[in-house]
Amino acid sequence: MSESPPILALASVSKAFGAVRALQDVSLELRGGEIHALAGENGAGKSTLVKILAGVHRPDEGGVLLDGRPHEFHGPGDAQHAGVAVIYQEPTLFPDLSVAENIFMGRQPRARFGRIDRRALRAETAKLFERLGVALDPDRPARGLSIADQQLVEIAKAISRDARVLIMDEPTAALSGNEVARLFAVARTLQEQGCALLFISHRLEEIFDLCQRVTTLRDGRYISTEELDGLTPDDLVQRMVGRELDTLYPKQETTPGETVLKVSRLTREGVFTDVSFEVRAGEIVALAGLVGAGRSEVARAIFGVDRYDAGGVEVAAAKLPAGSPTAAMSAGIALVPEDRRQQGLVMDGSIERNIGLTQLRSLRRGPIISRKVERDRAADWAIRLQLKYARLSDTVGVLSGGNQQKVVLAKWLSTDPSVLIVDEPTRGIDVGTKAEVHRLLSELAGQGLAVLMISSDLPEVLGMADRVLVMHEGRLAAEIPRAEATEETVMAAATGRTRQEAA
Amino acid sequence: MAPEAPAAEARPVQARAEAPRPLTRFIRWDVIVTALLIVVFAGGALGTSDFATSDNLAFALDDLSEIALIALPMTLLVVAAEVDLSVASVLGLCSALFGALWDAGWAIETIVPLLLVVGAVAGLVNGLLVTRLGLPSLAVTIGTLTLYRGLAYVVLGTKAVAQFPQNYADMATKTVPGTPIPYPFALFILLAIVTAIVLHATGLGRALFAIGAQEEAAFFAGIRVKRIKLLLFVVSGIVASFAGAVYTLRYGSARADNGLGLELAVIASVLLGGVDFDGGKGTLGGVVAGVLLIGLLRNLLMLRDVATEIQSIVTGLLLIVSVLTPRIAAKVRETRRHHRANPSASS
Repeated sequence: MSESPPILALASVSKAFGAVRALQDVSLELRGGEIHALAGENGAGKSTLVKILAGVHRPDEGGVLLDGRPHEFHGPGDAQHAGVAVIYQEPTLFPDLSVAENIFMGRQPRARFGRIDRRALRAETAKLFERLGVALDPDRPARGLSIADQQLVEIAKAISRDARVLIMDEPTAALSGNEVARLFAVARTLQEQGCALLFISHRLEEIFDLCQRVTTLRDGRYISTEELDGLTPDDLVQRMVGRELDTLYPKQETTPGETVLKVSRLTREGVFTDVSFEVRAGEIVALAGLVGAGRSEVARAIFGVDRYDAGGVEVAAAKLPAGSPTAAMSAGIALVPEDRRQQGLVMDGSIERNIGLTQLRSLRRGPIISRKVERDRAADWAIRLQLKYARLSDTVGVLSGGNQQKVVLAKWLSTDPSVLIVDEPTRGIDVGTKAEVHRLLSELAGQGLAVLMISSDLPEVLGMADRVLVMHEGRLAAEIPRAEATEETVMAAATGRTRQEAA
Repeated sequence: MAPEAPAAEARPVQARAEAPRPLTRFIRWDVIVTALLIVVFAGGALGTSDFATSDNLAFALDDLSEIALIALPMTLLVVAAEVDLSVASVLGLCSALFGALWDAGWAIETIVPLLLVVGAVAGLVNGLLVTRLGLPSLAVTIGTLTLYRGLAYVVLGTKAVAQFPQNYADMATKTVPGTPIPYPFALFILLAIVTAIVLHATGLGRALFAIGAQEEAAFFAGIRVKRIKLLLFVVSGIVASFAGAVYTLRYGSARADNGLGLELAVIASVLLGGVDFDGGKGTLGGVVAGVLLIGLLRNLLMLRDVATEIQSIVTGLLLIVSVLTPRIAAKVRETRRHHRANPSASS
């Protein structure tokens, strides 16, 4: 079973966009009954490769082999027809249609007079879910489904089309631990049924947990394909970045100073309850917990983009008025939000304008914005954060995810904050940039900044935090000092297995 | 953590080497409209003898006063991804009020400030409905478009009030000595300069573009989105009410149906000037060119005795072209880039 011939393969594929060579001479073989990992930093060419497999792009050189024979995909429809399905990080379902209707969109089973046979529709869907081993109601509307459930619907849709190759492009980025486990169970089921799976993730643990072989890309070039057995995470990182990473979590030891941020009994009905904690100067405090535990909501309430019903926030012993980001900013709070593309950046805006957006006041000379100050400041931050860009007047949309995050950081650090709240600071960012962001956070804390870091990435939490606050179902479930923080203690609190009340 | 010694335009070493800025950056819609404006003007001057006379130009510009004035705050609104369709009704309401109060013996010095207050309130209502209740401005101002026009009829009924004092009528029609520029249009030029500075060189302008392009990101950056929008609607109301006074004096007639449908001409000029209806993109220079282009075209067609139906067909087509062209151009650029990238795959 393990040595079955590849269902889908790429042979020496190259692809360029303008002057950018996205892929050069890359080969890949996807075998039935195998989960294959695709590893590489952002910009390594993974997305381009996926799009070629999905029939979105056609290779400039080299070709696609289907069941060992050269085959040309003339569009996404062709690839789908050939049994290739792609599950994206954030699926797009029709929110007002039922789960079953979404799965059979355009191919609904028909009854007499061309009416849709609802009973058959439901039965077919239930059969699919059974085959995947998931419990979802075919009749419920897609609106309100978690991202994890939406992905399962997409997978069911793919299976209903007899997909033999399933490509999962960073499916776990927005999932909680349990949801990841469930997704993996489904993936293994499909593997046993003989499907070929391609799995992309920035989380190395997941690759080692789920996959059998891994193909690594770097700067659009093929580096290697090898069995994961006998490979260490360090080996893999080294292939991805092409050099030894000094360390992924360069945490500096600091002595915390005065309390800068004090949150007391903060409550927002139905979202979070009675949350109290302090962050001191020079300290990195992690806010851990499962997705949906209310972490981001607490951050948003502190920063004033959301209201809260009770409790209060103090910065440097001064009470902060509720519900005003402007007031939070002048008190010295900065928030690097979770959703970079919607909340962090104006995607159509230029790099310099995005960086300048938080300090329109200080860019003024008289009533007029000084273009020179705006540009100099942006250039200065670009150098300090080692931003990779062509022109400061380019839109941030053309940057890679990691570089976009650097622009968000620059935008907020240039406000000279005393409290920095970062929400999932390294989600969807390649390993190299991730280490840079960690070093930056560590340095900033060393200079006396109070950092509150929300993260679903456990190694990041354990590696960076001086203290770990764990939220569970809207409440603070535990406060764990660095010395005692382990995957076990944090996860136990996050899943509600212990209940040592904080504060 | 303030930036130390800003490096003077230092580019990081790792900046990707790229071709120099292509000439295509000059092929922007506002530049095209300006070119088109020059072509129409030259064509008019050559082909129609009555066109390039200072009398006719003065008339054409004066005829454009209200549209031009209202287009300024409308530009700010559309850049911020909002719109105010009630402007022509505010104009009509203020015109009717003007007539009723003048009829009742009020002094013009009292009436005009009062009209501005009424305009501000009308704008405030729009703004509050949009910002407090979170309703889309398109829907809100369609509602108030009808509402304010209805109020205009309540105020004045179907009668017309005329006989305004000559010195005020002169202010609305006479030109600045030595130029073909009527006073209202001179005011427009002044306000256009102010608006251009606000939009392109102040923090408020930066905020407007950010709100229009990505409102949530603007809010997260500490920009007071609601307050700014409210302000825009109020300004829009005030300018529309002032335009109502100008209109009344210019025609020497106060009627409840004054300026009916004018909002479409305003929005046409703004879009023709290259402002993206989805917000976040546009220049004030483009809008000025758009306003002038529509004004001159209408004037030319009128001079050549083209039927009004044809006039509105031309304006409508121009508007559609202006909305379509930038999108088609973007598509073409995309395809060309793609072809240059891989000429082999250009089947």
